[in-house]
Amino acid sequence: MNINLTLISQAIAFAVFIWFTVKFVWPPMLTAITERQKKIEEGLAAAERSKRDLELAQHRSTDTLREAREKCTEMIGGAERQAAHIIEDARAESVRIVNQARIAAEGEAGVAAQRAKESLRDQVAQLAVAGAEKILRREVNAQVHAELLASLKSEL
Amino acid sequence: MSTEALTPTSYINHHLTFLTKPVGDGGFWTLNVDSLLTAVFLGVIGFGFLWLVVRGATSGVPNKRQAFVELAIEFVDDQAKAIFHGERHKFVAPMALTVFVWVLLMNAMDFLPIDIMELFYSHVLGQHNWRGVPTADINTTFALALSVWILMIYFSIKVKGLGGWIHELFCSPFGSNPLLWVFNLMFNLVEYISKPLSHALRLYGNMYAGEIIFMLLGMWAATGVTGVILGAILGVGWSIFHILIVALQAFIFMMLTIVYISMAHESH
Repeated sequence: MNINLTLISQAIAFAVFIWFTVKFVWPPMLTAITERQKKIEEGLAAAERSKRDLELAQHRSTDTLREAREKCTEMIGGAERQAAHIIEDARAESVRIVNQARIAAEGEAGVAAQRAKESLRDQVAQLAVAGAEKILRREVNAQVHAELLASLKSEL
Repeated sequence: MSTEALTPTSYINHHLTFLTKPVGDGGFWTLNVDSLLTAVFLGVIGFGFLWLVVRGATSGVPNKRQAFVELAIEFVDDQAKAIFHGERHKFVAPMALTVFVWVLLMNAMDFLPIDIMELFYSHVLGQHNWRGVPTADINTTFALALSVWILMIYFSIKVKGLGGWIHELFCSPFGSNPLLWVFNLMFNLVEYISKPLSHALRLYGNMYAGEIIFMLLGMWAATGVTGVILGAILGVGWSIFHILIVALQAFIFMMLTIVYISMAHESH
C-alpha cells in the first residue's frame, strides 16, 4: 500500500464527480422536489378550504331550506284565508242575488196583479154597461150614460 | 502466477497486488490502474444513472426510478440539513451525495466474489492483477479525505477570511491569551492532521479487512470438503454482515464530510 499517483488521479476524478453532481444532478432534482412540495402544500390548503366551503354551503342550504319551509307555511295560511274569504264573499253575493231576484219577482207579480185587476175592472165596467145597455136600450141616451159611467168608473 | 504452485501466501499476495503502471521514475510516480478505472467506471455508471433519472424528473407523480433517486437525495439532504446551517444546496448537500453514492458503489464491489471476478479480470480484461475494490486502496480513501480536507481549509478561509482563519488557529479553543498561542496551535495542528487520517483510514481499514476475510474464507475452501462447506456458510454470514459495513462506512464517510465542512463554516 504505497501512496502514489493514484491519490492525485482519484482526487481529480472525485473533483469531476462533485462538479458533475453539483451542476447537473442536484439542481433539477431539487427543483422537482421543491415544486412537488409546493403542490402538495397547495393541495392540502385547497382541501382545507373546500372543506370549509362545504361546511358553509351546508349551513347555507339548511338556512335556505328552513326559510323555504317557513315561507311555504305562510303561503298555505294565506291561501286558506283567501279561500275562506272568497267563499264568504260568494255566499254573501248569492244571498244578495237571491234577494234581488225575489224582490224583482215580487214587483213583477204586483204589476201583473194590478194589470189584471185593471183589465178585470174594465171588463166588469163593460159588462155592467153592456148589461145596462141591454136593460135600458131604448130610453137611455148612450152619450149621457157613457159620461155617467166614466165618472163612476174613475171613482172605482 | 499461473505457472507457480499455489500457496496461501501467493494466493493472498496475488489478490493484494495492484495493477500498477509506472508513469515516471517509479515510487510515487506509479498509477494503480485497477483502482482508478474501477472507481471512474463506477462513478460514471452511478452519476450517469442519477443524471438520466434527474433529467426527466417530474414534479408530479414520480415513477419508481425517480422515487428511488429522490429517496437517496432526500436522505442525504436530511443529513446535510441537520448538520449544516447555511445554503446547503449550493455545494455541501450535492457534494455529500457525491461522496455517499460513489463510496457506496466502490464499497459494494466487495460483494462480488473475488475468485469469480478474477476469472472476469484475467479472461475478459486480460489482466492477472486486478483489485476490484477501490476503497480498499489507501490511495482512493486518502484522495477523498484530503480533498475534503482541502475543501475544509478553503471554506474556513472563505468564510472567516485568511486573518480570521489564522486567528482561529492561534486563539481557539483555549482563548486568545498570548501564553496559550502555542497550545492552541498545537491543538489545531493535531486536529487538522487527525481529521483526514481518521477519515481515510477508517474507510480503508474496514474495506481492506473485509477483503482479507473473504480471502481467508476462500483459502479455507481450498483445504477440502469441510473447508468448502464451512467456508461457504461463513462466507454467506460475512457477506450479509458486510452489507451493513458497506452501507455504514459510506454513510459515515458522508457524515464526516458534512461535519468537517460545516465546522469550517462555523467560527469559534
